[in-house]
Amino acid sequence: MTIAGSRIEEKLYQNRYLVDSGRPHIKVRPHQKPSANLLALTRVCPAQCYELTDEGQVEITADGCMECGTCRILCEASGEIEWNYPRGGFGVLFKFG
Amino acid sequence: MIKEKFDAIVVGAGMSGNAAAYTMASQGLNVLQLERGEYPGSKNVQGAIMYANMLEKIIPDFRDDAPLERHLVEQRLWVMDDTSHTGIHYRSDDFNEAKPNRYTIIRAQFDKWFSRKVREAGATVLCETTVTELVRDGKDKVVGVRTDRAGGEIFADVVVLAEGVCGLLGTRARLRQMPRPKSVALAVKEMHFLPEEVIEQRFALKAGEGCVIEAVGTISRSMAGLGFLYTNKESISLGIGCLVSDFASTMESPYVVLETLKNHPSIRPLIAGSEMKEYAAHLIPEGGYKAIPQLFGDGWVVVGDAAQLNNAVHREGSNLAMTSGRIAAEAIVQVKSRKRPMTKQNLALYKTMLDKSFVIKDLKKYKDMPALLHTNSRNFFTTYPQLMSQAAQTFMRVDGTPKIDKEKATTTAFIKARSRWGLLSDVVRLAFAWR
Repeated sequence: MTIAGSRIEEKLYQNRYLVDSGRPHIKVRPHQKPSANLLALTRVCPAQCYELTDEGQVEITADGCMECGTCRILCEASGEIEWNYPRGGFGVLFKFG
Repeated sequence: MIKEKFDAIVVGAGMSGNAAAYTMASQGLNVLQLERGEYPGSKNVQGAIMYANMLEKIIPDFRDDAPLERHLVEQRLWVMDDTSHTGIHYRSDDFNEAKPNRYTIIRAQFDKWFSRKVREAGATVLCETTVTELVRDGKDKVVGVRTDRAGGEIFADVVVLAEGVCGLLGTRARLRQMPRPKSVALAVKEMHFLPEEVIEQRFALKAGEGCVIEAVGTISRSMAGLGFLYTNKESISLGIGCLVSDFASTMESPYVVLETLKNHPSIRPLIAGSEMKEYAAHLIPEGGYKAIPQLFGDGWVVVGDAAQLNNAVHREGSNLAMTSGRIAAEAIVQVKSRKRPMTKQNLALYKTMLDKSFVIKDLKKYKDMPALLHTNSRNFFTTYPQLMSQAAQTFMRVDGTPKIDKEKATTTAFIKARSRWGLLSDVVRLAFAWR
């Protein structure tokens, strides 16, 4: 997505991550139709980890996740997502914070 | 992995965790601190302004070697619409004192320093270790933690939960509820690097002096929110935070909101030519006094952001975190020195001591403020800022319109936007929430 001449990928590119390959710390449970909150994550997640598929379901790629917890606050209680911290040492590593 | 039993385990190495670990270790307790990041600070995000008084109470000579960016001599409070800002600025040479009161800091660097002090005080600090669960005995007392390391059960008399705003452990163990979307804000920020002298020129600062801007208005797009710009030595922290519930209902994208702020004509020249080196996001507790959970129980206490201890009105968080960490630690030291067990009854001392401090007193003062601002966000964050800008422009612009007509136009605009009753009720409710 292009926003005022700068892409979210370009922002995230500045960050340091140690991705725990094959062990994503957030998972979206299989669903037919996303709830309003889950759908909102496709726009509200600050790292744009959530995307709407052509079939109308919400998917996550957690590699750029900054572990803010917004999606947990919005969607964990309903059981739509499963949220854990990455294993020790993995995930985002803020240089400045 | 670790066979010995500790006096205390501190989960998390942010402001509250470091304050607690330092205070207990320097009083001779055998402390283990666990941090999931690669180094202390690697998961922490803050604006950031650090208040000297609260750190002095923990490490009096911190100025000798703490990584401090700039001491603040000027604060600008802005109300913005799309093309302008109206501001109250306070700048004083009195802030150029031997021991300045407020500093900007960069958390990753500051937290590393603080953690070094914790280790020097005698605590064991273990990074790259995620605590996954609390361990309880048959009577439901917390007796230790389980980590993601092999054989990861570790035991202690008391566990200090300094796990931050998300607070997975405490919420999963049902010690407290997960924060609601309307009681947390999502803040995004960028670090913009510029040469030291350029920052000093743009804000008219002498070496070491700092300036901060905090702003409300149309920048938050009708959401309850706050924009901020803090000057560091050779960088500018620029960001904006809005309530998670407002993000969810408006479907605004935080990075779009941030881009709009960056491109605002009052902000853009301040960061022109800078190099952006990091983009961060973090939650901020905004629920205030009414959102404070149970703070202690059998074998545990909770401190800092995890306990929702944040003063949204004054934008203070790290000082409440440090102070709650220190006070919890002092309470634990007292219980221990009396050779009493770390039961709920005995750990109630933490709450008693915290109630007497500025932490709870300040939050109590503003207990009705979150509800007022959050339920009337459109009025407070869009309508009034727009009215204020229009009023200022009408007042400033000289165009031959008689002044009496200008004043009438401004009064009419306010009444039209909010009605007489609406204006009166906003003033009264604000006054009551503030007192």
